[in-house]
Amino acid sequence: MPELNRIQSEINRIFEDPFSLLAPSTSFFEGWEPKIDIYENNDNITVRAELPGMKKEDITVSLDGDVLTIAGERKQEEENKEGETYRAERYFGRFQRSVTLPHPVDMKKVQATYKDGVLTIVLPKVEEAKPKQIDVKSS
Amino acid sequence: MNAVTESRNQTVQTPQSAQAPGQDGRGYIIPPANIVATQDGYIAELEMPGVSKDGIEVTVEGNELRIIGRRQNDLPDAELCYCESAHADYRRVFELGPDVDTSRITAEMKQGVLRLFLPKSEKAKPKQIEVKVA
Repeated sequence: MPELNRIQSEINRIFEDPFSLLAPSTSFFEGWEPKIDIYENNDNITVRAELPGMKKEDITVSLDGDVLTIAGERKQEEENKEGETYRAERYFGRFQRSVTLPHPVDMKKVQATYKDGVLTIVLPKVEEAKPKQIDVKSS
Repeated sequence: MNAVTESRNQTVQTPQSAQAPGQDGRGYIIPPANIVATQDGYIAELEMPGVSKDGIEVTVEGNELRIIGRRQNDLPDAELCYCESAHADYRRVFELGPDVDTSRITAEMKQGVLRLFLPKSEKAKPKQIEVKVA
């Protein structure tokens, strides 16, 4: 019952993880899901997704309002399909993952790079979302 | 006969129970692996996202194949506010059967996947025997 387990783990995650609201809204989507990390500083939100063994062309990144979606398909090497399988621990096929961003970002300045099997997406915050220092005046 | 088997991974611990001393005391992750056998040898693929070619260490000692992957430290200068990846290095050990020619193992690292080719020794390859007409 993979579906049921998935629902159970999703419920557990919401209760156990204080960051779950900011975290990926996992869809009940058949396939695999990459692990993600989210970083934040004054200027940017950075999302890193572990996607080993992909081709750059097979990854799509889209932003709809404050929802960032990473999707794609991992394909198996032809050569490996022919042999006799001894061990199969890797996942292949389609994946999709969405993240609700905690702040509005400047859509035009978003940058994504894929290196060493890690997708890094840097999303600059809009000016209004950046923290501001307030001067304390002495009376 | 399974010629590439798991061995001695009990010394490897998951990050949750990390006691085993990794490079920085955080323990190692066991990378997921696929292994297939072809006519000429075995192809092993291990997933190690965050590791470049320079972070890979593959050693063969006797019949033991040891793979270590060390992550690049190129994390963003920012606060980590949600985390799923383990941020630890990778380690996995396999035991090789006598049919693997350990002197000709080759390795290739591409987008976080280490692909090893473990050729069968000439002796172990299947041979066609010609039937002669008497």
